[in-house]
Amino acid sequence: MQWETVIGLEIHTQLATKSKIFSGAPTDFGAVPNTRACAVDLGLPGVLPVLNEEAVTLAVRFGKAIEAEIAERSIFARKNYFYPDLPKGYQISQYELPVVGKGRVRILLDDGAIKEIGVTRAHLEEDAGKSLHEDFHGLTGIDLNRAGTPLLEIVSEPDMRSPEEAVAYARKIHRIVRWIGVSDGNMQEGSFRVDANVSVRPQGEAKLGTRTEIKNINSFRFLERAIRFEVERQIDVIEGGGQVVQETRLYDADQGETRSMRTKEEANDYRYFPDPDLLPLVIDADFIERATQVMPELPDARRRRFRDQYGLSDYDADLLTLSRELGDYYERVAQDTGDPKLAANWVNGELAAALNKAGLEIGASPVSAPMLAGLIKRIQDRTISGKLAKQVFEAIWNGEGDADAVIAARGLKQITDAGAIEAVIEDILATNPAQVEQYRGGKEKVFGFFVGQVMQATKGKANPQQVNALLKEKLRA
Amino acid sequence: MLLDRTDVEKIAQLARLAVSDPEKEGYAVDLSKILDLVEQMNGVNTDRVTPLAHPLDMVQRLRPDEPTEPDQRDLFQRIAPAIKEGLYLVPKVIE
Repeated sequence: MQWETVIGLEIHTQLATKSKIFSGAPTDFGAVPNTRACAVDLGLPGVLPVLNEEAVTLAVRFGKAIEAEIAERSIFARKNYFYPDLPKGYQISQYELPVVGKGRVRILLDDGAIKEIGVTRAHLEEDAGKSLHEDFHGLTGIDLNRAGTPLLEIVSEPDMRSPEEAVAYARKIHRIVRWIGVSDGNMQEGSFRVDANVSVRPQGEAKLGTRTEIKNINSFRFLERAIRFEVERQIDVIEGGGQVVQETRLYDADQGETRSMRTKEEANDYRYFPDPDLLPLVIDADFIERATQVMPELPDARRRRFRDQYGLSDYDADLLTLSRELGDYYERVAQDTGDPKLAANWVNGELAAALNKAGLEIGASPVSAPMLAGLIKRIQDRTISGKLAKQVFEAIWNGEGDADAVIAARGLKQITDAGAIEAVIEDILATNPAQVEQYRGGKEKVFGFFVGQVMQATKGKANPQQVNALLKEKLRA
Repeated sequence: MLLDRTDVEKIAQLARLAVSDPEKEGYAVDLSKILDLVEQMNGVNTDRVTPLAHPLDMVQRLRPDEPTEPDQRDLFQRIAPAIKEGLYLVPKVIE
């Protein structure tokens, strides 16, 4: 039987505020345990939460970036469950009236098509603390520094049909939150965590199958693997005559599999109710205006502009808008060189590969935009060939100076002096009479041999077009 | 009666409350009465009533995003039953 996969994602992204969502404790990462947990975060008796304006501003900005409606009035609710890293016995979240309503994002599929994924809602909530289970002789250590850190939980519609689409969607949300400065999106530090709801159904069936939820995935690679595993597992269960059980599962990256979380503790009955400690949050047009004043050109708009203004493919334009900084970089190179396509080839080609290999973000690139533009200009004015340019790029990357300095220091300037090239050609023809005879006898393939010889003799510096023209001329004689 | 003994046990378990056997019947009766009242209110026509999320007719005030809380860990940990290396220690929560 043909099976269809249905995926929805819940993404928790940490908002880039200086202080917590309901208290004035700082949010800096990596502090000494419990030094960032104040009386409110600890849930001590008598304390009251006061909402952080910046957290609301960032949520609104995100909502606007995904074309969502912002709730004029939204409500905070208590989600009740017991766990030691949740000192109050409830998490303050939003349930019935979230701050961000229905929105959408677009993802670029492998075949070049663009697919729209619905966002059901996004709501504000507080993070819990951290439990450390090792080294305490049968006890658990609790660090509440993270308790009360503002999160935006972004819930998608079950619109994704493959692990690749799920990853593309998660990456797109990641791109957007970083782009508009809502979150640093640091996955190692847990600023961006993904839960995947996965189910399968026979192809053509309208009713959704029973889903499982894979919790707390903190890398895109694991997200893809976890879903892939889970889909296979569910199909095996059903084809083996069994039924998928609705449950929460964890992805074990070492084993490459998902495993059922113990269900004993998990009553999943959160008994939400409006938090009496917090009044309704009212967001008016002025607030939205202020929150979105600094909204930059968004990724999709920039992708379309790059495509239309610079004549790039959607694919290239998408790569160039992976981050705002990369887009800025590209645009600078494109404008400095006046050749947007060549600029795109270099940024998406050599530069992207080098960054990737070194594990660097564009902001940390040793080759700045003016430096790359300087290199491309030397290709444009034929000082160096495209092939040698790669060598020059590497030298710039390694800190040997800008393009002109490298070309001068390494003597890479292209030979465009026809007389000099002619002399080399004559020399080569004279030392290879047999090949000359073959060529003149009609074996035109030997031409490549001569080109190779000339390039070797000039260390690749001879202008290729000139070499071709002059060789033809000499061989005809 | 809307709630029976099993419901009371479930609610007590969710709230981590120890309820003795003799108490359970009494709670079942009391909680059912509360639900009866809710049921009675459900019968009222509320078409023209705006849903109420909070009894006060006020809106949430917002706080500027400034860290204002000093580190008072040592003070807070003085009342903790067990601490180690700055962490609060609790009975193990996973197998």
